[in-house]
Amino acid sequence: MIFDNPYVLAHGLLVGLAFGFLLQRGKVSRFNTIVGQFLFTDFTVLKIMFTAIIVGAIGVYGLLHHQMITQLPLIPSSMIGSAIGGIIFGCGMALLGYCPGTAIAAIAQGAKDATYGVLGMFVGTALFEFVYTHIYETTHADPTKETMATALNVSPWLVIAVLAVAALALFLVIEKFEKKQ
Amino acid sequence: MNNTPRFWNPYAVGAGIGVLSTISIFTIGKTLGTSSAFVRVIGFLESLFWPDYVANSLYFQKNFLGKPIIDWQIALVIGLFFGSALAAYWYKTCQIEAVPSIWQKNFGSSVARRSISAFVGGIIILFGARMAGGCTSGKAISSGLQLGISAWIFIMTLFAAGIVTARILYRK
Repeated sequence: MIFDNPYVLAHGLLVGLAFGFLLQRGKVSRFNTIVGQFLFTDFTVLKIMFTAIIVGAIGVYGLLHHQMITQLPLIPSSMIGSAIGGIIFGCGMALLGYCPGTAIAAIAQGAKDATYGVLGMFVGTALFEFVYTHIYETTHADPTKETMATALNVSPWLVIAVLAVAALALFLVIEKFEKKQ
Repeated sequence: MNNTPRFWNPYAVGAGIGVLSTISIFTIGKTLGTSSAFVRVIGFLESLFWPDYVANSLYFQKNFLGKPIIDWQIALVIGLFFGSALAAYWYKTCQIEAVPSIWQKNFGSSVARRSISAFVGGIIILFGARMAGGCTSGKAISSGLQLGISAWIFIMTLFAAGIVTARILYRK
């Protein structure tokens, strides 16, 4: 089977169009924006990411609450794999200056270095597949769908409220800091 | 240049991505992501040359075989490319360059040096993404908004490693 059904593909294409448009308009398809975040000279990445998470959390748990979806589309994932993966990913992101999605968006707006980055991504994928058999018993033995709400045994809305307040506080500090500069 | 913002407000863009995630989950039960599209392409390419190897690979058995090659996420990545191109063209914010300015300040204007580093960075970042089971969109945002614990571990380790690496690399 090569192609998924046309409805699914058209749907993906439309979602991708909107996503790419937003990433480019949000300035995160630029090396200086990504690296600037790690250097604390540009806070665009944090602002976009945490707003997306809070709004999306309200959206998805709202859908669940009103039984518009029957379950969360959460992918089971290993904690150890996530921690090691996060460290490796962060190093790569600082060197490359794009993440996988924004690298594609960067190529589209003319960044030639992003093209080499994406070529490297294919190699990285093949490399990981190659080592997976030898490491998965240690790194991917504990896939979990646990959320902060299920782990703490509290309502997801409480977690979302705490995250929203924390994000808001963070945004206020960032805005103040940016004004000073 | 005057000071009129050439880009959209980041909070508005973030809210837009949050709404887009919700719409996508509601209409098709799928979350935004890009890094597993690479598995589909690599799985397909390797299966052309080494079908037996791919058939016996544990990773491909779990993440590639038995599913369509051109799937929803591949379509999303293609759409993402054109969406960004459209925005760049429309708002005249193209950026035709091979060496970004922060990089140039630290490592000079050599295109070869930047291209090779980007290539290596690409290898590292996707190795990490596959290790974690997703990237900034597919894991940090998509699972993070579902409050998944592993996603929040990923977000924290990603930023910690990114901050340290960037401080070492870009001192100027």
